[in-house]
Amino acid sequence: MATLTPVLTDRWDAPSSWTLDAYRKAGGYTALRTALGMAPEEVLAAVRDSGLRGRGGAGFPTGMKWGFLPAPDGGPRYLVVNADESEPGTCKDIPLMMADPHLLVEGAIITSYAIGCHHAFIYLRGEVVHVYRRLLAAVEEARAAGLLGRDVLGSGFDLEITVHAGAGAYICGEETALLDSLEGRRGQPRLKPPFPAVAGLYGRPTVVNNVETIASVPSIVARGADWFRSMGTERSTGFGIFSLSGHVERPGQYEAPLGITLRELLDMAGGIRAGHELKFWTPGGSSTPLFTAEHLDVPLDYESVGAAGSMLGTRALQIFDETTCVVRAVSRWTDFYAHESCGKCTPCREGTYWMKLIYHRLEAGEGTQEDLATLLDVCDNILGRAFCALGDGATSPVTSSLQYFREEYEAHVTGGGCPFDPVASARFEYTPKDRAMAGVHA
Amino acid sequence: MTTTSTGATNATGGADRPAAPPDAVTFTIDDVEVTVPKGTLVIRAAEQLGIAIPRFCDHPLLEPVGACRQCLVEVAVPDREGNVRPMPKPQASCTTEATPGMVVRTQRTSAVADKAQHGIIEFLLVNHPLDCPTCDKGGECPLQNQAMSNGYGTSRFRDVKRTFPKPIAISTEILLDRDRCILCQRCTRFSAEIAGDAFIELQGRGGGTPGREVHGTHAQQIGRFDPGVLDWAGAEPTRVYRGVQPDGTPISAATGVPEQDVAGPVGAATIDTSGRPFASYFSGNTIQICPVGALTNAAYRFRSRPFDLVSTPGVAEHDSSCSAIRVDHRRGVVLRRLAGDDPAVNEEWITDKDRFAFTWQGLPDRITVPLVRDVAEDGTRGELRKASWGEALDRAAEGLAAAAGAVGVLPGGRLTLEDAYAYAKFARVALGTNDVDHRARPHSAEEEAFLAHHVAGTRMAVTFADLEAAPAVLLVGFEPEDEGGVVFLRLRKAVRKNRTRVFSVAPWASRGLARLDGTLLPAAPGTEPEVLDALVPGAHGALGRAAEALGPDAVVVVGERLATVPGALSAALRLAGRTGARLAWIPRRVGERAGVEAGTLPGLLPGGRPVADARARVDLAAAWDVERLPAEPGRDAAGILAAAAAGELRALVVGGVDPADLPDPALASAALRGVDFLVSLEVRSSAVTELADVVLPVAPPVEKGGTFVSWEGRLRPFPQALTSTHMPDHRVLDALADRMGVTLGTRTLAQVHAELDQVGAWDGERPAAPDVPAAEPPAVGEGEAVLATWHLLLDRGRLQDGEQFLAGTAQRPVARLGEAFAARLGVRTGDAVTVRRADGDGGAITLPLVVTPMPDGVVWVPTNSTGSAVRATLRADAGALVTVRAAALPATGSPAAEGEGL
Repeated sequence: MATLTPVLTDRWDAPSSWTLDAYRKAGGYTALRTALGMAPEEVLAAVRDSGLRGRGGAGFPTGMKWGFLPAPDGGPRYLVVNADESEPGTCKDIPLMMADPHLLVEGAIITSYAIGCHHAFIYLRGEVVHVYRRLLAAVEEARAAGLLGRDVLGSGFDLEITVHAGAGAYICGEETALLDSLEGRRGQPRLKPPFPAVAGLYGRPTVVNNVETIASVPSIVARGADWFRSMGTERSTGFGIFSLSGHVERPGQYEAPLGITLRELLDMAGGIRAGHELKFWTPGGSSTPLFTAEHLDVPLDYESVGAAGSMLGTRALQIFDETTCVVRAVSRWTDFYAHESCGKCTPCREGTYWMKLIYHRLEAGEGTQEDLATLLDVCDNILGRAFCALGDGATSPVTSSLQYFREEYEAHVTGGGCPFDPVASARFEYTPKDRAMAGVHA
Repeated sequence: MTTTSTGATNATGGADRPAAPPDAVTFTIDDVEVTVPKGTLVIRAAEQLGIAIPRFCDHPLLEPVGACRQCLVEVAVPDREGNVRPMPKPQASCTTEATPGMVVRTQRTSAVADKAQHGIIEFLLVNHPLDCPTCDKGGECPLQNQAMSNGYGTSRFRDVKRTFPKPIAISTEILLDRDRCILCQRCTRFSAEIAGDAFIELQGRGGGTPGREVHGTHAQQIGRFDPGVLDWAGAEPTRVYRGVQPDGTPISAATGVPEQDVAGPVGAATIDTSGRPFASYFSGNTIQICPVGALTNAAYRFRSRPFDLVSTPGVAEHDSSCSAIRVDHRRGVVLRRLAGDDPAVNEEWITDKDRFAFTWQGLPDRITVPLVRDVAEDGTRGELRKASWGEALDRAAEGLAAAAGAVGVLPGGRLTLEDAYAYAKFARVALGTNDVDHRARPHSAEEEAFLAHHVAGTRMAVTFADLEAAPAVLLVGFEPEDEGGVVFLRLRKAVRKNRTRVFSVAPWASRGLARLDGTLLPAAPGTEPEVLDALVPGAHGALGRAAEALGPDAVVVVGERLATVPGALSAALRLAGRTGARLAWIPRRVGERAGVEAGTLPGLLPGGRPVADARARVDLAAAWDVERLPAEPGRDAAGILAAAAAGELRALVVGGVDPADLPDPALASAALRGVDFLVSLEVRSSAVTELADVVLPVAPPVEKGGTFVSWEGRLRPFPQALTSTHMPDHRVLDALADRMGVTLGTRTLAQVHAELDQVGAWDGERPAAPDVPAAEPPAVGEGEAVLATWHLLLDRGRLQDGEQFLAGTAQRPVARLGEAFAARLGVRTGDAVTVRRADGDGGAITLPLVVTPMPDGVVWVPTNSTGSAVRATLRADAGALVTVRAAALPATGSPAAEGEGL
């Protein structure tokens, strides 16, 4: 039966876990020594053999991505760590960097060594200032300890790591928009090809990987590809952090092998909050189509979730019980996408704007049956037509919620507004704005 | 493009069928097979087949971005086994390169593509105001047209649209209505890729909020970097533009708006992405490529409907590039001009001067009827009065006959080939003189020898395409942006596309040179020959690098200003000779090259025939059916004026010449005043009109057909746009000659063309190259400097009269000095300096100073800008010795007041 497999989260509860001392005490930076004793190609081979797939959502095989870099031409090549975690519901990279920044630094050093990079960048979501400080401190500590800078641990390998704080835009989690932002420009996705592996940061070959991906590298080097493959499923190997939030008894990060089910995770998390039952949930953040209770036993690996009509994404499991109005939830997510659409392409910019207005009317009881058809057709005109995946993601909650809960939408139309009490679904003291205003005017 | 091959054609061995180039790609669009060069975008290949895919952001001269998503098509590509597999999503045809075996289905054959395109149009209209009935673009609007052809008749959108306060004045010329903008970014891409001017940029994010609500983040919009516009908290524009401008001027940190940019535009402008007031010579192109009515022109806004306009192709009269334009008029009034599409010359771009400066042709000071001057009762010159053509021509013929043998001709530098030819023939045949010179600017005998040796009769020796393909271009005495217009754009394209290296021999590095990523070879005026002779491989620094870059495919460009530098054109010929680089002469005015080819020079007859060559004279006399031609080389323009002032010439025939443009305007005025008889052929009243005895009105370009000759020597014929009773110069001269008893045979264009064909080009020996030694540079004393000067593109030129919006985008006239000189004078950028001749003659020019990296002992001022009429005021030109003193600026209103109204 599935159990937790703490690797990335193993040291989170150690005293002062973010310090170099604590990290070393727990065996940190031994994988780096091992890696520096190997040829770079051997490190790359280990990662490829482990079957590690990108943990940022798309699940692209990491070793293959590294292998796409063209042969060295004497010019610089870069590693960029995507730490711009901002998908609604996703909360794995930020606690990881908060509790264990050296794990990421060690992973970045090993990866840089493997791909021949001498300047790595960590692009961090700017709002998490405390994490930014911990990363900066960790890089400084590592440099002082000879783990960074010239001649890392006497190996002759040079590496600088720059930690960069973004300015707060969801689009900058898209890897090419991230690169533009990192270069000091307006963060908007680039035309591909060329892909970053060929012409990325400053037009040079670049690997862009998620924090959790890079943080998984040291354990693969230390314990071997076979150990990594012993967890997870055949094509979705290893472990990952599952972020449970919403109507569960014990929300939080649960590190487990890929292929675990929500039922198993809920068992560990104490179940849905007492007296309630599961209504719908996101398997991988708000950009992945919703699941319902019928999907409790879908193995959470790339293939199984895909086969069930959604995506594993970033394993952000937002869990909603029967008190939640699905229209209200999707309306909030749609507000998010309208707010975060970068504006570059027409369908995402105008489509999310349009959907936002329709949802506001539905919630206010001013929707029509025709609006539901329009929503679906707007989604059809965005999905696969937008420049990047942001627009596609914006359609996921809309189409999937209409698929599973159409009658609830219709109730908003026929009933003149939302039939749910938002207070009932809140997990905290909450007075809706309109009621607060009513109190003032009473 | 080729069609499907069959076994039959293969059986013939393909002998009658051109083999596809090795890098050709064959694929199908809507079941039609097409072969295109590798790298061709699907949307371009479709155009070749006549399949129109709707598009907004796509522009063939801009790099693809795939932003608007309008051009989506279905694409299937063969996999490794050759099975054609459809791609899961529709693809943007403007970013997809054709690959072998690709199968493309556009909206014509694919329901998916058609639905996708309809969906995008509907999205674009969600936030687009349906103000087409009042929008300038209505009737010629790609959004309007494609909404009809590829959109739904009605919209399902029933909520509130996003709106913006409107319009933003980007400059005095360009207005921006953000609510109409569909964010295709053509304008920002044009500015970044083509013109290289910092422009307003995208700002904000996403679709925004309905109405004008203030919200956390604002909708993505093309805008100016102004927190006030963004409605940031408090809307107090504070501390956003820090640092210094490229010229060293500190940018105000206190207000967020730079201190008045000393060298910035004359009129109000928004702050561009560099933090300076927006300024560009090419901004009008953004209006034309805007696929909606978001960018409009202040002069044309709300003035007409496209379907009321009559369009005529034309050629711009403002510089020697002879850009293709389109003249749009309504009921005899020109309302606007657009860039024509001529890939060989201006591609699809023109300067703002070419676009907006057309009102001069219809100003109230147009001369509409002939004028003659009566003799007063006391025998002195009387007043001009209107006269019939018959009377005026008779008077002119009598006056010229009375001065027979002592008449000079100054045709001016803006003529068509036909008009220039008529002047050249009129001088020789009707007046029997070679005293003819079209150069209404500083000139020299060395220049004429250079033109005779190198330029005349060598049409298309160097072209725009050669500039684009050249590995290196050396500019000498030539500012491509100010003096060449679209030459600058082609050079910039060469730099960006082909990594052409640009070197410039000039006193300081202009903004244009910086945008060409160019290298300055600093030279004080007069030292250009020295610098050119020092260009030898192995020379130190940039000189050596430039010398090594110059080879057979490289181009050396010399400007008309080199005529003022003794020995410079000789040195340029030597340089071309020893490096093999090709040498191009790019004058400013549109008629310069026509004059060289038509023979309006004292030593050159039509077709490049040297006057001094007896065989050339005999050849031409035979063609013209005259007994003999004057054998003595004539006087050049300066010589003609000096002779007229001295009484040696008793009459002058003057075309479109402004005395203030001549090397010595005072001498010119004296000469015009001093001659017994003055005939003026002019479009508008001028300083010459005031003095003329007979004034014969002639047609401006828009009212006549003709052929301009570009600097390349390319013939640029254009038709008459407006119905007019006015005659072109060649017809007036024909009539005048007729009254003098001479048959000129230049009455119609057809006659002139037939004669030009018959006369042909000179096939005899070319005149020898000039070999003029360089002059010793003057000794520069304390507080003295050598004057450097050239014309800015937008200045006080008479062809820009009447266009206030354009005038607002001109650069402020400033004086430029090196840092050390300024320090010695105790002045800084923004202070004023006064320039006057070292010998004390002439007047003074006082301008604000911009301290500029340049050789010590050199001062630069614009040649003909407000407050800086160098020739008229200083009676001097580049190379003259002047004094520079600190001064107080004349009070012309506070800069703050001028900066308002943003």
